[in-house]
This record gives sequence, structure tokens and C-alpha cells, in this order.
Amino acid sequence: MYQFLYNLIGNEILAGLLVAVVPLTIILVFALFGIWLERKVSAHMQDRLGPMRTGWHGWLQTVADLMKMLQKEDIIATDADKTLYNIAPVLVFSGSFAAYAVIPFSSKLLGSEVEIGIFYVLAISSLVVAGILMAGWSANNKYSLLGAMRAVAQIISYEIPTALIVLSMVMLTGTLSLDKISQMQTSSFWNWNIFGGAIFGLSKFLLIPFMFIGALIIFISTLAEVNRVPFDIPEAESELVAGYFTEYCGMKWGMFMLAEYGNMFAVSAIITILFFGGYQSPIGYFGNSISAQWLVPFEQGFWFIAKGLTLVFVQMWLRWTLPRLRVDQLMTVCWKYLIPYAFLNLIIIGIISLL
Amino acid sequence: MALKTETMVLNMGPQHPSTHGVLRLELEAEGELILSVKPHIGYLHRCFEKHAEAMTYPQVIPYTDRLDYLAAMGNNFGYVIAVEKLLGIQIPERVEYIRVIMAELQRIASHLVAIATNGADIGALTPFLYLFRDREYILSLFEMTCGARMLYNYMWIGGLSHDIHPDFVRKTKEFINHFRPTVVELNNLLTFNKIFIERTAGIGILPIDTAINFGATGPVLRGSGLAFDVRREDPYSIYNRFEFEIPTGKGLVGTVGDCWDRYYVRVLEMEQSVRIIEQAIDNIPEGDVHSAIPKRIKPPKGTVYARVENPRGELGYFIISDGNLNPFRVKVRAPSFVNLEVMGELCKGHLVADVIAILGSLDIVLGEIDR
Amino acid sequence: MKQYLKNTYDGIFTVLVGMKVTFKHLFTPAVTIQYPDVKVKLPERVRNRLYVNMDDCIGCDQCSRACPVSCIEIETVKSIPGEDLGITSNGKKKALWVTKFDIDIAKCCYCQLCVFPCPTECIYMTDVYEFAEYERSNFIYKFATLTDEEAVQRKINYEKLQAEKAAAAAKPKPETPAQTENKTE
Repeated sequence: MYQFLYNLIGNEILAGLLVAVVPLTIILVFALFGIWLERKVSAHMQDRLGPMRTGWHGWLQTVADLMKMLQKEDIIATDADKTLYNIAPVLVFSGSFAAYAVIPFSSKLLGSEVEIGIFYVLAISSLVVAGILMAGWSANNKYSLLGAMRAVAQIISYEIPTALIVLSMVMLTGTLSLDKISQMQTSSFWNWNIFGGAIFGLSKFLLIPFMFIGALIIFISTLAEVNRVPFDIPEAESELVAGYFTEYCGMKWGMFMLAEYGNMFAVSAIITILFFGGYQSPIGYFGNSISAQWLVPFEQGFWFIAKGLTLVFVQMWLRWTLPRLRVDQLMTVCWKYLIPYAFLNLIIIGIISLL
Repeated sequence: MALKTETMVLNMGPQHPSTHGVLRLELEAEGELILSVKPHIGYLHRCFEKHAEAMTYPQVIPYTDRLDYLAAMGNNFGYVIAVEKLLGIQIPERVEYIRVIMAELQRIASHLVAIATNGADIGALTPFLYLFRDREYILSLFEMTCGARMLYNYMWIGGLSHDIHPDFVRKTKEFINHFRPTVVELNNLLTFNKIFIERTAGIGILPIDTAINFGATGPVLRGSGLAFDVRREDPYSIYNRFEFEIPTGKGLVGTVGDCWDRYYVRVLEMEQSVRIIEQAIDNIPEGDVHSAIPKRIKPPKGTVYARVENPRGELGYFIISDGNLNPFRVKVRAPSFVNLEVMGELCKGHLVADVIAILGSLDIVLGEIDR
Repeated sequence: MKQYLKNTYDGIFTVLVGMKVTFKHLFTPAVTIQYPDVKVKLPERVRNRLYVNMDDCIGCDQCSRACPVSCIEIETVKSIPGEDLGITSNGKKKALWVTKFDIDIAKCCYCQLCVFPCPTECIYMTDVYEFAEYERSNFIYKFATLTDEEAVQRKINYEKLQAEKAAAAAKPKPETPAQTENKTE
């Protein structure tokens, strides 16, 4: 993508900026759509209607909320640490935004073609931890501090199962680059990694149950990374009012929400790339069959977003079904259940891939 | 040299999303571990007992509605039984049957709220909506009968304010048919959910001796294993004609007397209430509900204590009459007031998040604690 | 070890059962209605705003005495003989001018205790529930149909009658012995 734009415009900096703007618009549009989708999904699951009056079935509700947030007075508590207070939302949002640089939306739309794709994503999501700690500490509020401590403990613990499963997939496919992983799962949906990968043979069939287990483990641990129920202790409404962003109001709070929805889509995107074929279509390309080759990247983009949205929908579905886990139970699930299973998975996949 | 540590005093203030009403809990915590809990009440005191001294006997009934506003029929029931005992009048059979049906419907409605808010505090927001939908059926039954959805003023001294609507029996049967699958769905969604069990089983274990010593009643006591129900021990109205079981906590998952047991006792009690309603709804005798209502209610001098089984426990009314139109003194023994005392015992050694689960399982209503 | 595996299995299985319940509910129609475009049909015995039909009110004060929160204030003036106030719809003859009939609907607790004692059933609860006001003083509903001047006039009439009666009662006392003296003469 960068090459294409550079050839078009000729200026390095401008091409770089344009490449950065694309994921930004994707996050903003997705957050708009995602918040509306969440409200509608939660409403229909609870036998009610959700927003109906702002636009057709309320799709402009998020825009209305955004305008409300923009015109709010920015209140900072007197004893709050102003520098940290102001930097924290920016840090959290940029951690979530930076992960989009290496996610391929289609074979042509890729922010940056580095070789270390998935490793970069894991590293950047640790930046979010620092932002959350800053947010909780600078607000000078016992509840915020409690919430921030819990959030940090949760995020750094759940990075381990994520990393283990990612490691097992990397071992299997032999590359860290997300683009190459997507490309390897071509031509039919039985070639997706969840069904054992593209290479036909005994190991493919042996791998299938372990791929399912791996997908389940990474889904659960990324759910905890983005602080969604059942792991939303940091923002537990009925226990800590709102956790580490209690003291934020107006657009700063909006940034936290944007970061949360951006994160949700980013981790769904990573799971689809690792397991569900990335941007590959399950039924072949329409563009290919009518020999309009330029149509193929758009179709790939469509499939990618569709798969990502399905996983986001499952995340929302879980939110409205399950109660919340307590902090020590959260830790138990991570260290005593997910990590042993992830290790076993890693070892078994390693053995099978040697066959 | 050892580090000097201080315990943190956390205030779950009067305004909090999950203290059921205006209750202030002062928690002394060391990190997340609770050392002591002190409840502060009185934010909803409305001088009920003083008002009762200035009102005539029938005028006190709307005030009793507002004590435990989620179980208003039960409050009315207790008061009118007490005054009828003082007056020594006999009430028609039709009135007795209808009162029992209303009280049991109210028990189901109140337990639905208790279960729904218990789940919502723990994080499961969907059963809250489902159970309130079912409560709407009951509230529309009440609205059809007496015109109000929450504070009824329905049970009068010597009878009822309105006779039941001609459609009432049919609609109640429809409700019963609709309700049984709902309990099955609730069990699937919430009761046996592993995460809910993790949050509530083994938390807030109330041993049976502590419960009896504190004077706890209702599901709090029955969750600890003792089958004590005022409808069996000291039968009032016509409860001795109906067959129903008294569910107790058996420690199905976790220990006997934990939060899950108290929650499950409420679920089972709802089913028993449906059983009682089924037995009563087809056998309502004919009669006039206004025939025994005296013109002027002026009980002779004396005192009376009457107790009923409210959804939250044993509700008692102690009335002193000095022969006038107004009572001399009305004292209410509120079940939540006594049940709240158990909080201090239960929370020791648990985490901050458990305080919410325990408070939800005790099911208190500040209206009757503060009166 | 067995407990560990059982925990894992329980965890996953109960979550899936719960998810099935919520998924089924995703396709059931909503139970809410779009108020204020659509309104719920209320049953017949519903208790909302009070209304008094002043043509039937005989000023007996029963409703005011029955109210537990004292939200009804009634003041009446006796009529002088010869004035015709009309009859109520169930045949009673009215004898009192109701000069003030105020209901403070903000205080009303909707208990319906005022409806039952009324002998002519002129006070009753309607099904109006949308009566929010901006000023608290607008919540005092004044039902009396007499204007202030008429009320004052009636009061003066009555007091005049009382004064005449008192004067008539005071005068004949010293005169009766004289009359009887005249008669016996």
C-alpha cells in the first residue's frame, strides 16, 4: 500500500501519513458501528428495542453521543496529576491504534510490510498497560487506583496464553508476518488454519482438535486483554462505579471507549488471521470468475471485515450472557487453567509438526 | 524493621449502584481483604410509627404498603391480621382465599426482583431483563384487580377493597403456564452457570447457630438448613389447608449456608408459591368481600402481635390499642433490619467484590429497615 | 486432577448452555413499545389522577377525613333556606355551598381511600397519568365552582341569617312574659 501511494504521490511523508489515516478511519467508523451494534444486539437479546429514534433504528445514536461528549466541560480534580492525567488516554488509544499497522485487510491493503508482524502487535499492546496505570494513578481516587491495579494485573497475566498460542501458530506456519500467514491459507476454506493448515497430509487431520483448543484459548485470553465481560473487573459498574476511568469526562472518556472498540476489532482481526483464513474467501473470488482482477482485493477486504465482525459479535454475545469473574478467580483461570492447556497445546503441535 | 501498614477505610456510600437502596457500608479493608463491615442506616427514615399514631386504623394501611415496597401485599396482610385479631371478627372464606393468592403472587414478584438484582450485581445483566418481564405479568394481574402496580392498599380490615376481576382466574392460570418454563430458563442461564457458582458458592457462609442467634428469618435462615417458615410454625389465614414444601439450603454446590444456597432457596420458593396458587385458584368460594368490614374500627383496649411470612422473612406487627379510633402504638418487626446485622459476621475474610454478592443474597429493602 | 478436568468441562458447557438461551432470545420479538407514539391500554380499575364532579358534591367532608395524607381541603358554607342548590344525580338534595375544594395532587398517595366513603360517587380516580407541571403551585387542583366573590357573598348571606336568628332568639325572651301578661289580661 505504501509503495502504491508513494508511486502515486512521490512524497514519502505524505504517503506515510495517508497510509496511517486509513486504519484511523477504519477504527472510527468501526467504533461508530460497533457501539450501535452492541446496543442493538444487547437490546434484542433482552427482548427490547434499543435506540430507535435517532436515524433509522437509531444508527445515528453514536454520532449524537459523540457530539454530546465533545461539548462537555473538561473537569480535572484538584489533586490530580495533570500531566499524567492528560497523557493517559492518548497512550491507551495509540497502543490500540498502532496495532493496526501490521494487520492486512486485503492482499493490497497493508499498512507496513514488516517481517515481524505478530511480534510487533504483542509488544505494542503492552504500551496500553502503562497508559492504564497512569490513568488510575493520576485521578487521585481510591476506586480508580484499585481498578487500574486490577486491570494491569489482568492484562499482563493474559498476555502469556496469547503469546503461547501465537507461538504455536508461528511454529506451524514458520513465519511471523501476518500477511504471509494469510496468504498461506488460500483457495478453499478447508485450508484455513483451524482445519489444520494448507498442507494436506496426516498432520493436518491430527492437528484439527488442537487447533480448536488453541482458538478457544486465544479467544478467551484476548477477551481478557480487552477487558470485556466476563473479565471486566476493571470497569465493573456495580462494584467500582467505573474503575480506572471514573474521573474522566467528555472526550477523554471517549478516547478510552474508542480504544476499547479498536482493541476489540484488532484482536478479532488477529484471531481470524491466525485461525480463520484472514482475508481469504471461503467460496472463491467472484472477481476471478468474471476475470475482473481489480475486484479481488475489495472482496478480500469484505471477507476480512465480515469475519472480524462475526468474532466481535461473539464477544458481545458473551458479554450479555455471563456474570463477572472476581479478581482472584480471573487469575486462577489464567495461571491454573489457560497456561497449562496452552503449554500442552504448544508441545503437541510441535510434535505433530515434526511428523 | 517491619513495614508499617495501615488498613484502608472504604466507603460504599449511600449512592451506589448495588446497595439496594440508600445504605452506607463502611468497609475496613487491608488491600482487598475485608476486616470489618459497619452498615449505617437511617437515610430512608420516614417516621412510619409516628404517623401510625395519628391515623385511624384504615388510614394506616397505605403507610404499611410503603414499608417493604417490593412486597406490599405481605405488609398489608400482616397489619390487617393483627387488627382483626384485636377486633375479634371473622372474615369470609372468599376473602381468605383471595388474600392467600395475592400474597403468594407477591412472593413470586418479590423473589423475581431479588434474584434479578442479585444477578445484576454479579454482572449478569440479561436475566434482570427477563425476570422483570415476567414480573410484569404479575403486576398487570394486580393492576387489573385493584388498580395499582406497586402500592396496593388492597387488604382492608375485615375484607378487601375490590373483589377480583372476572378475568382474574383465567389470567392467573395463563401466568402459571408461562412461568414454569421461565424458571427452567433461569436455571440454564444463571443458576447453574459455572461463573455464577464460582462467585457465590462458598461465599458468606452463615452457620445455623449464628443465624438463629442473630434472629435471621426467611431465606437467610432457610438457606442455612433450618426449615422454619411462619406459614408452618404459626399458621395464619388458611395456610394450613395447602400442601407445600419448605425448601432449605442443602449445599448442592459449595457449603450449606452460602450465598448460592440462599439464592437457590428463593428459586425453589417461587415454585412452591406456584403450587399454592394452583391449589387455591380453582377453589375460591363465593361470597361478598365487603360484608365483614366494620363501619367504625374502634378495637377494645389491648395489645396484639401478629406475624406473617414476607418474602424477606418474618414480618411482625405489634399494636397497642387504647380504645380510640387511632392506634396508640404500632411497632413493626422488619425482617431486613434483623437480617442486615448478619453482614458483619459474613463478610470477614472475604474480598471487596464478595461484599456485593453477600449483600445481594441477603436481599434487604431499605424501606423496611429505616421505616 | 479429576476436579480440575471437571471444572474445565463445567465451565465450557454451562457457558454454551447460557449462550444458547441468549441466542434464542435474539430472535424473539421485543416486548417494549415505543412510548410516546404507542401507549399501553390501561385496565378499568386503574388509579391515577383524581377528579371531582362538583355537580354531585354535597360537601359532606368524608373524603377529606378519609385521606391519610390530608391532601383534600374542603370549606363549606350552609345555605340559607329558600336557596335552591339543585339535587345530585342520585337524588340527594344539596344543602351546603362548597366554597373551597382543593386537592394537592402532589401530596396524594393514590390509595383510593377517598373514593369509597363518597355518598354520591363524585370523587373518583381517572386514568390520566401524564400530568407533569413546571410549577409546584400548579399541582393544587381547585375544584370549587364558586368564584371568590360568590363565595364571600354566600358567607355573608349565611352570617346575616345567623345574626338574624340570634337576634330573633335574643328578642322574644323579655317579650314573652309581657305577652302572656297581655293574654291573661
